[in-house]
Amino acid sequence: MKGIAIDDAAIVMAEADTVATALADLEAGREFDLSGYGFAVGEHAVTLTEPIEFGHKFALEPIAEGELIRKYDEVVGEATRDIATGEWVHTHNVESTRARPGDESDGADNGESAGADAPAAATEGDR
Amino acid sequence: MTEPDEQIDLEGTFRGYRRADGRVGVRNVVAVVPVSVTASAVAERLADDAVEWVRATTHQMPLDPPEGARDQIETVLEGIGANPNVAGALYVSLGTEGIDADALADGVAETGKPVETLTIREEGGTAAALDAGADAVERLTDEAREARREDADASELVVAMECGGSDATSGIAANPAVGNACDRLVEAGGTGVISETPEFIGAEHILADRCATEEVRERLLDAVDRRERMAGLMGVDFRGAQPSPGNQKGGLTTIEEKSLGAIAKGGTTPLRGVISYGHRLPLGGGFVVMDSPGYDVESVSGKVAGGAQVVVFTTGRGSTTGNPIAPVIKVTGNPNTYQRMTDNMDVDASRVLSGESVDAVGADLYRRILSVADGELTAAERHRMEEFAINDIPPKELAALGDPT
Repeated sequence: MKGIAIDDAAIVMAEADTVATALADLEAGREFDLSGYGFAVGEHAVTLTEPIEFGHKFALEPIAEGELIRKYDEVVGEATRDIATGEWVHTHNVESTRARPGDESDGADNGESAGADAPAAATEGDR
Repeated sequence: MTEPDEQIDLEGTFRGYRRADGRVGVRNVVAVVPVSVTASAVAERLADDAVEWVRATTHQMPLDPPEGARDQIETVLEGIGANPNVAGALYVSLGTEGIDADALADGVAETGKPVETLTIREEGGTAAALDAGADAVERLTDEAREARREDADASELVVAMECGGSDATSGIAANPAVGNACDRLVEAGGTGVISETPEFIGAEHILADRCATEEVRERLLDAVDRRERMAGLMGVDFRGAQPSPGNQKGGLTTIEEKSLGAIAKGGTTPLRGVISYGHRLPLGGGFVVMDSPGYDVESVSGKVAGGAQVVVFTTGRGSTTGNPIAPVIKVTGNPNTYQRMTDNMDVDASRVLSGESVDAVGADLYRRILSVADGELTAAERHRMEEFAINDIPPKELAALGDPT
């Protein structure tokens, strides 16, 4: 896993990802031009809507509530509310799709199907 | 600090202590192993009062743990004595433990190394036990002094890959570099092992695709499923504890994200086996997994009990932990942590973030594994960081899910 650095200030781990990771403390208003990288999200520019700390993530495209977040070309969670392009992506607007109390999702599932099953399973109540 | 050292053989050889059972140690430690918490203070004092390289594996396990939990503790205690880094072992008990110290000693003696036991009540109390224990330690150290390093091959190494205090750089820089070194070790014929099963959740499908056989695949997925069920069983919401608050500060949002970064430590070769916590790891085994809890100190102790001679430990946020029996190589992918805590770090993998290839940093790390196997001290050893802990299986889990082995 090597990732694609953009502007030496952020890294996108795989072309299909919907988030980038800050490689420095980034200020609000910082702009990243995505053209020429071949990212699935497109060739647009991303302007940070708030400061992003080193190691934290920001959205490369609008992510709707309930949509899955992709990093490493894998599912890393689900948006708990709408996330705008350039917005900080973290625990305040994303949650895990796995290992919830009372969750019976099968360990053999991949992230995607667990993401689809988990909300229903989670409402089945704690034993 | 991580410049390639031309003196180190790139073919993958080192000089170690060949034990009677043929396995090779990279250190020549006399281990003082308490059988329960009630013997830990005596064990610690015996090690502190002795010469360097006498090390206590103090822990908190109770006098009489329930059966399933007891089996696991026995496995770890015996495994520590059997680890090839150990030249000789002294098992210290109060005398009322549910675990039989003589049985542990007999198990270790099968490797051909000297083993002694000390029972605090039989000796007549703490002072008398310390006197008798000091004599036993001296006999064991005298024998250990006879050991000499001799030529050994990387294929004789079992290297434990661990992460603790992870942040976003762990999955981006440090763990991929460790995975690259793991691939090199496996290529050389050695064994690389990762553990912490809860940190496979959300990434198990990638490991499953790498399993060498269907049997290994089933074992892996069962182990992950069991750990995931524990979250519900214990009424614990992983979303508060995994990732930990520290992980979250470091940018990790969910267990899936943490796991996808964590499994990078295992490189890219086929997954050849799943080994129960603390059980013997195979020599020449390729890439394997130990089914362990997600607490790093217990996880490292389990792998060392399984026979790992060297530990490679990545930390984004700056973990300082070591191990009493095996050298722990600290790797960080976070440039700020490296600057701030250089004294606790061995390898700066943050070079990956500034454009150096994972392959180049992995090659440096592989060389470092061999030089540490040769005797070079790690930061954790210089600071005498010697944390040790045994995983205790909660009674509720035993009752609901049965013995994990």
